[in-house]
Amino acid sequence: MRLLTHNMLSSNIKGVVNGFPLRIEAEKVVEKTVEMNSEFLKKMFDKVDWKALVDASRAMGYTELPEEVDSSILDSDEFLNRFHHALLELHLEEGALVCPETGRRFPVNKGIPNMLLHEDEV
Amino acid sequence: MKLKQLEGLLGGLQQFPQPKVELEQYPTGPHIASRMLFTVLPHSLYSPSFFISRSLQSLLIKFMILVGENFDWLLGFKTIFGAFACSSVNQAENSFGDVSNKVVADFGCGCGTLGVAAALLSAEHVLSIDIDPESLEIASVNAEELELDIDFIQSNVLDLGWRGSIVDTVIMNPPFGTRKKGADLDFLSVALKVASQAVYSLHKTSTRDHVKRTALRDFHASSAEVICELRFDVPKMYKFHKKKEVDIAVDLWRFVPASHQRSTS
Repeated sequence: MRLLTHNMLSSNIKGVVNGFPLRIEAEKVVEKTVEMNSEFLKKMFDKVDWKALVDASRAMGYTELPEEVDSSILDSDEFLNRFHHALLELHLEEGALVCPETGRRFPVNKGIPNMLLHEDEV
Repeated sequence: MKLKQLEGLLGGLQQFPQPKVELEQYPTGPHIASRMLFTVLPHSLYSPSFFISRSLQSLLIKFMILVGENFDWLLGFKTIFGAFACSSVNQAENSFGDVSNKVVADFGCGCGTLGVAAALLSAEHVLSIDIDPESLEIASVNAEELELDIDFIQSNVLDLGWRGSIVDTVIMNPPFGTRKKGADLDFLSVALKVASQAVYSLHKTSTRDHVKRTALRDFHASSAEVICELRFDVPKMYKFHKKKEVDIAVDLWRFVPASHQRSTS
């Protein structure tokens, strides 16, 4: 699972108010190189929750994203490379996503998060 | 990517070994999937001949599931029973650029065909969701074999929590609601909340008015258009079939979610 997916998921357990962002417990992270698309990144820059992406990438062992950013940083190729890497090339292969409010763990196996809710959570 | 190439690649995908009738599982065949996705590409790649059908395998299998027949032997089913009818009137404008360089989600992905097709057609990020772990395993093998990066999530599509408006386009071949009434519209309701640009979906033609009304009035879609109608006849094949032939029709829809104007590129 890429961090772009992580950035759009939230815990939807019944009663939970702030289910975003899910905390990442990383046991195994894999990197897969993909071609960079700067236009796409620029569009995504406005849509991602930056703090969630920075925290998620750190949980995955990648610490190169700056904490504070504004849109002028998009002129920097170095920044775009880092943003691209964090957003699309890091994959959580084994571990868990944890609901920030309840601590409920959603396990991630073979890169696939199991977000199925129990009957009493729906 | 040419249509033929796409159909060829999709034809190599593994499908459900033991389909679960309660989930209304049936493969989205390569013919339908490739055409469904080509509809959403920019105009230059589009030609009306894509809508001339030779095989309606997936829809036929879908029908078999609707009538409750055992699925197994159908996996090898290749014969054409139907005639694919599609209005040519709107074809020229039925190309919207909703996939290439976009974030695409496949709801109820099964063995992953539509998501794979989206990835092959240069979607930047594909997110495929299904409730069934065995389907997801096959889907991820399918993606791997074609060296495609697709994210999979195991979840009930209706229960998943979303943040922001990152998904551009939702593509889906939802359960028709034979097992659980209204399941296709439940999927549509979620899809129209999650997608920011467009939703492509298949629904039974017999429910067309209801689908349109529900999408516009209850789900606040800003537009709901049938792109084409898939119509086919199934001759009597089973002892429980009462009629000599059954005519089944399915619509391919394009919906535009609330507050997004239809964009033709």
